[in-house]
Amino acid sequence: MLTLLFDGIASGMVLFILASGLAVTLGLMNFINLAHGAFAMAGGYATVLLTTHAGVPFLASLPLAFLIAAALGALFERTLYVHLYARPHLDQVLFSIGLVFMAVTAVDYVMGAQQRYAEVPGYLKGRVELFGVGLGRYRIFIIAVCGAVAFALQLILGRSRFGAQLRAAVDDARTARGLGIPVSRIFTITFAVGSGLAGLGGALGAEILTLTPTFPLKYMISFLIVVTVGGTSSITGPFLAALLLGIADVFGNYYLPEIGAFVTYLLMLTVLMIRPQGLFARPR
Amino acid sequence: MQTTPFAIPSKAAGAGRTFALEALFWAAAVAAIFLAPRRLLLLNEIAILGLFALSLDLVLGYAGIVSLGHAAFFGLGAYSAGLLLLHVTTNPLWALFAAALSGGVLGFATSFLVLRGTDLTRLMVTLGVSLLLGEAANKLHDLTGGADGLQGITAAPVFGLFRFDLAGHTAYVLSLAMLFACVLVARRITASPFGMTLRTIRDNPLRAAAIGVPVTRRLVAVYTIAALFAGLAGGLLAVTTQFVSLDVFDFARSADVMLVLILGGTGYLYGGLLGAVAFKVLQDVISTLTPQYWRFWIGLLLVALMIAGRDRLGAVFKRVPRAGGPS
Amino acid sequence: MNATLPALETQHLNKQFGGLVATRDVSFTLLRGARHALIGPNGAGKTTFVNQLSGVLQPSSGSIALYGQDITRLRPDLRVRAGLARTFQINQLFRDLTPRETLGIAVAQRLGSGGRLWRSFARDPAIAAESAALLAEFRLDDVADTRTASLAYGKQRLLEIALAIAARPKVLLLDEPAAGVPEDERHEILGVVKALPADVAILLIEHDMDLVFAFADRISVLVEGALLVEGTPAEIAADARVKAVYLGSSDHG
Repeated sequence: MLTLLFDGIASGMVLFILASGLAVTLGLMNFINLAHGAFAMAGGYATVLLTTHAGVPFLASLPLAFLIAAALGALFERTLYVHLYARPHLDQVLFSIGLVFMAVTAVDYVMGAQQRYAEVPGYLKGRVELFGVGLGRYRIFIIAVCGAVAFALQLILGRSRFGAQLRAAVDDARTARGLGIPVSRIFTITFAVGSGLAGLGGALGAEILTLTPTFPLKYMISFLIVVTVGGTSSITGPFLAALLLGIADVFGNYYLPEIGAFVTYLLMLTVLMIRPQGLFARPR
Repeated sequence: MQTTPFAIPSKAAGAGRTFALEALFWAAAVAAIFLAPRRLLLLNEIAILGLFALSLDLVLGYAGIVSLGHAAFFGLGAYSAGLLLLHVTTNPLWALFAAALSGGVLGFATSFLVLRGTDLTRLMVTLGVSLLLGEAANKLHDLTGGADGLQGITAAPVFGLFRFDLAGHTAYVLSLAMLFACVLVARRITASPFGMTLRTIRDNPLRAAAIGVPVTRRLVAVYTIAALFAGLAGGLLAVTTQFVSLDVFDFARSADVMLVLILGGTGYLYGGLLGAVAFKVLQDVISTLTPQYWRFWIGLLLVALMIAGRDRLGAVFKRVPRAGGPS
Repeated sequence: MNATLPALETQHLNKQFGGLVATRDVSFTLLRGARHALIGPNGAGKTTFVNQLSGVLQPSSGSIALYGQDITRLRPDLRVRAGLARTFQINQLFRDLTPRETLGIAVAQRLGSGGRLWRSFARDPAIAAESAALLAEFRLDDVADTRTASLAYGKQRLLEIALAIAARPKVLLLDEPAAGVPEDERHEILGVVKALPADVAILLIEHDMDLVFAFADRISVLVEGALLVEGTPAEIAADARVKAVYLGSSDHG
């Protein structure tokens, strides 16, 4: 029971890292990017290839996965996304669906359709007994890494100069430019970091999620749930939503495998029906 | 009936030309039965996709609602028709009736969810409903056959006369007839006072309410009608292919129908039909070249279209250009 | 219907946005056939007040009655049906439609045929006749079939008013009808406003004092969300408190 809860927290944490970039681009910048999962997939495959083919140690592959996904994010933001910021949501939706289709088929073409796993080092395998509860070492590792990232993110967005500049740029880009804030560079950096975090999440999750070419489609709804149910007014909302979703998912799969995702979708619809602004948004 | 006081001369000429183009379209659709007897199954798919896109046009082009899960109605219609044929009656027309009815009921029920909140909430709710139904169809194995799909469907001849042949004669004629009927209905509705009030809602919901238009009620109505059409399209698929599988609820199906509509242009009813022709022909050509990876090129097309700008594409098809789209 | 009931009446109307009080205990009466103006400096809460009357905003407390019928919680479209119409300070028009279509829809909605699915909008003689009359009355006939977005600004302002009148209201709220209209076109707006049917009670929100004094026989002054004073134009012009308010802010004439 406690082991299940622990597993749920771990996958919720990974989900948060995966979706945190989307919480900013969609939540703050109001850009509907359904292709967010493609960057996560890039990170996942990067780790798989680095550890199995290039002999890079797993721990070293994680920052590389972040960097690769972030570089891809920056590239796509500069060349493609930047043209769609001011467009209607419909255009953003169609554009990012197009990207998803391309990513899914391209990865299928290069990597094949079968599921891939990362090479996790021996010291992260197995379980340790803590107060009589069996905890997976890898899951402890995930919680530690994701917790640290979540904490850093909270600090950066809430406290730093960069966070303030980002919020100003989102609120009113023209005024922000007038104040000397480099709006487009801030958007690029934000997008790149968000993609990088997705890549890191994809790398960490390569072990506990299913890494196949359809990853971006399969987990799209989960990312969107984290953002919409969590609400867009802070990063804490998505964090709690991700934990909730991760725990619900693990428990659902264990106790009610025949219903599974059905319950998740039903819960999401119920939440959106009662609180269209999200579960954790401050009521206005 | 007195002469139309609304038509100024140039508009009357434009209306005449529009009518001629419409007649040409339907003449070509009928002529295809004789000109392309080997491609009738593809034509049947086009007609069904066209009807599905017409349904989305009512929602997106006329009411301005962005939907990521329009396949929910299509899929429910397909399963309703399939189940009816399997267990109740083999009459294909009853199956189509059940399909349209189930789509309409689901549309009415979910419209109240969809009308709340922002674009994002609407995306989530529409997507959520389609995923929910897909998951339900997957898990209700005893009823739906789960991942194996509904097998062993047989549809009796239409009116007891026209058997569903392998070449797809009956299939195409039936789908085309249904499409024609739905276009006539949609045409009538969009030109009615009701249809005009929808345009005010799409343009400016605040002002629409301020001239007395009951916004929510109008949107519920059009959403329900659109869902009914989508259900019918799904029913046609079940009846004419005599098979239903989980992919009727696929996200890709919802995405495809959006692309179809965008290809042809929103807000003038024929966009979905022309888009369906373009999409299916394109898909047919690409998948003969690269059967497994055709979706890559569809994706590339979407990305390129959006970067270039939707309005430029619309100008190719549309006689009456409209600045800006629903947003 | 009781003949002595006022056309529109608010009692102790309050509206707060967070800590900001936008409307402060406003009890206001608009008499039948009134030509009443509501003035006040920028940020006094005039538009917020109108938005509550028309149902765009819900008041935090207090009540609104139209001919004695409580409409405080009524939906905006039902208020229009009950006889309360308004214009907007910033044009709220249907950019893709023509003035003829725009007015036709409003007429159709009022005649109760706005929900009709199965008849032609363009061939309805009743709708056509009435929108043609409105187009003529508001000097829009020469642009009747031009897309609204490409109309001259002054014409759009006229369409704003025509659209409200198409609902045949008993009470009409005009939110700065001449806002942004160049000096030499203002007389056209004033002419139209003055020619509105005498039995319609009109509340005019306006900055332009020439327009206010040319139009109103009664004036209320709103300051910081509260009613400061109400009286005839002569009384208002002579009121020391009003003068103080307007001397305090420089951008009003």
